[in-house]
Amino acid sequence: MKMIQILGTGCPKCKKLAENVQTAAKDAGIECEVVKVTDINEIMKFGVMITPALAVDGQVKVVGKVPSPDEIKKMLA
Amino acid sequence: MGSQQSCGCGGGARLIFACSGAADVGEIADKAARKLTRDGAGRMFCAAGLGGRISGILKTTEAAEGVLAIDGCPLNCVKSSLEQAGFTAFRHLQLADLGLEKGKSPAMEENVNKVATRAAEMIGS
Repeated sequence: MKMIQILGTGCPKCKKLAENVQTAAKDAGIECEVVKVTDINEIMKFGVMITPALAVDGQVKVVGKVPSPDEIKKMLA
Repeated sequence: MGSQQSCGCGGGARLIFACSGAADVGEIADKAARKLTRDGAGRMFCAAGLGGRISGILKTTEAAEGVLAIDGCPLNCVKSSLEQAGFTAFRHLQLADLGLEKGKSPAMEENVNKVATRAAEMIGS
């Protein structure tokens, strides 16, 4: 099972990213655990200084933008 | 870093990578980058993370509004690290161009301020 981490302090862009992740995982039929990381100090432990960001299994895939569900599906593949 | 929560959305940060090398000029580069961060001109970021190919650091660098590399000596380690990581769009400041020669430039306030002033100009331009 993949671990998807959404890095963001809870602003509208972060929430949109979470929605897109849920859509992508559902469409692709991928079993995953989605975790929201909202503490800025925890986010910075990833080396991320711009949000929102998305990590899959601990690897940061995108920073500073909200990828579409299709783009996220490719990141999960 | 403080514990205050703040959203990092939308604003592509201006990132500063200093070589922070062992020589006097590396120390000047490091101190200048920290001063620029304190002064709000940009944010010092971890140059070692480029070499280590740390995904969060690479992706944050991609998303940055601007990137400045400060190298203490003509070995240009930060410039090379950025290039090897695939980055081409960044500004580069080399301390020898400011007359600061390796081994002959103590990391005193005057030299740090000289570098920080030039770096701030480059970040802002």
